[in-house]
Amino acid sequence: MENIIEVKDVEMHFNMSKERIDNLKEYFIKLIKRQLMYEDFTALNKVSVDIKRGEVFGLIGRNGSGKSTLLKTISGILKPTVGQVKVKGSIAPLIELGAGFDLDLTARENIFLNGSVLGFSNKMIAEKFDDIVDFSELHEFLDVPMKNYSSGMVARIGFAVATMVKPDILIVDEILSVGDFLFQQKCEKRINDLMDGGTTVIIVSHALEQIRRLCTRVMWLDKGIVKMVGDTKSVCDAYEKAE
Amino acid sequence: MKAHLETFGRYKYLLKNLILKDIKLKYRRSILGILWSVLNPLLMMIVISAVFSNIFRVSVENFPIYYLTGSTLFSMLSETTSNSMMAILDSKSLIKKVYIPKYIFPLEKCMFGFINFLFSMIAVAIIYVIFGYQLHLTVLMFPIPVFYTFVFSVGLGMILSTLSVFFRDIVHLYSVLLTAWTYFTPIVYPYTMLSDKIKKLMHLNPMFYYVTYFRDVLMYNKIPGIKTNLICAGIAFATLIVGLVFFKRKQDKFILYI
Repeated sequence: MENIIEVKDVEMHFNMSKERIDNLKEYFIKLIKRQLMYEDFTALNKVSVDIKRGEVFGLIGRNGSGKSTLLKTISGILKPTVGQVKVKGSIAPLIELGAGFDLDLTARENIFLNGSVLGFSNKMIAEKFDDIVDFSELHEFLDVPMKNYSSGMVARIGFAVATMVKPDILIVDEILSVGDFLFQQKCEKRINDLMDGGTTVIIVSHALEQIRRLCTRVMWLDKGIVKMVGDTKSVCDAYEKAE
Repeated sequence: MKAHLETFGRYKYLLKNLILKDIKLKYRRSILGILWSVLNPLLMMIVISAVFSNIFRVSVENFPIYYLTGSTLFSMLSETTSNSMMAILDSKSLIKKVYIPKYIFPLEKCMFGFINFLFSMIAVAIIYVIFGYQLHLTVLMFPIPVFYTFVFSVGLGMILSTLSVFFRDIVHLYSVLLTAWTYFTPIVYPYTMLSDKIKKLMHLNPMFYYVTYFRDVLMYNKIPGIKTNLICAGIAFATLIVGLVFFKRKQDKFILYI
């Protein structure tokens, strides 16, 4: 199978300023003395991985281990400091559901706005509009400004829009934990349908049980370093033992 | 280049939807709605005309139209640039979560400002009719200075949107600069009123050229020569290129600062 995502020696560094300098005079003095101290924080350290078309790839690791940073470099939001990321195909990022919703607008208006954020044309969204509404089950709230929505309702619309067209790659970051039980099941079913249709899925989750059920391959990240990559069972077992 | 155009094609709907959103939100819950875009310049014109032709006794023929032409064009600049200055900062929640070509945001603000400008041109037309000003054929050339001003504004907007990410101070500074710039452009007073020294300085002000051009074709039946056109286009495109290059070189760092 061909590689749909190639991550090669990716490093991501952030500057964390060590001391707070809150006035300009001090800043310039330190600047001249070259004492501006930045602590280099390495969020990802020489991460390499190839993901093949049709895989369901899981990412596990503790908080702050670089999972979300890796997802962001793959989806093009962050540019790696060192290294390369090659992606072939369209990405539907579900990094946070409802990114790009303007809560002053109604759900109807937001569906179009959010769809175009993901790069869909208005015509395409109009065609899929009924599907989206059916999936989210929010028919009677369509013309209500979304600031009156609950977070679960926002997530429903967000998920429905992001998965309305079969993407080549679907990135799922912890979103299956939103919404009620029935809706979670519905999301999982939709993801399964997409996988059957050949979509590559990358999932980040702390629910190991979910990872075990869905993924074909798993990567374990620890403090920005790849600790282990391999088949779901062995990586999950090792991770559980280490915890 | 081709790849750039393809991505733009993909995101042109986003551009359109963002503009629609801005228009909707600007007038949501106001009774007169979009009518305000026409009404606002008209009411401003009444106030300013009353103040400047009666109290300060600025002597300009046809003051209402003189003021309105200058101020509508200048408002386009001030609205587009100050909105695009905030464009990146205001869209941070989106930029952090989805990949979108970032120039979409300042560009969208500029186009929104341009649409508002078109509405205020209706106000200009209304004043022409009410006061019965004579229309010249040169009026048809008015898109030319508007185009120059727009290109200049996009360039400046790109620069400001980049700067504001790294130095928030610019946000506060620019509003002061903009006020200074408004008074340094012949909007409520005639150019001829100025001393020779200030007249010379005035030639460093791009908006002076654009406003003069705009009035020449709208009011004075004059066709600006090649030299004027070269200056206007030169400033506009130079600013645009500087803005685009600056923006492109810094855009990957935005996410670390917003």
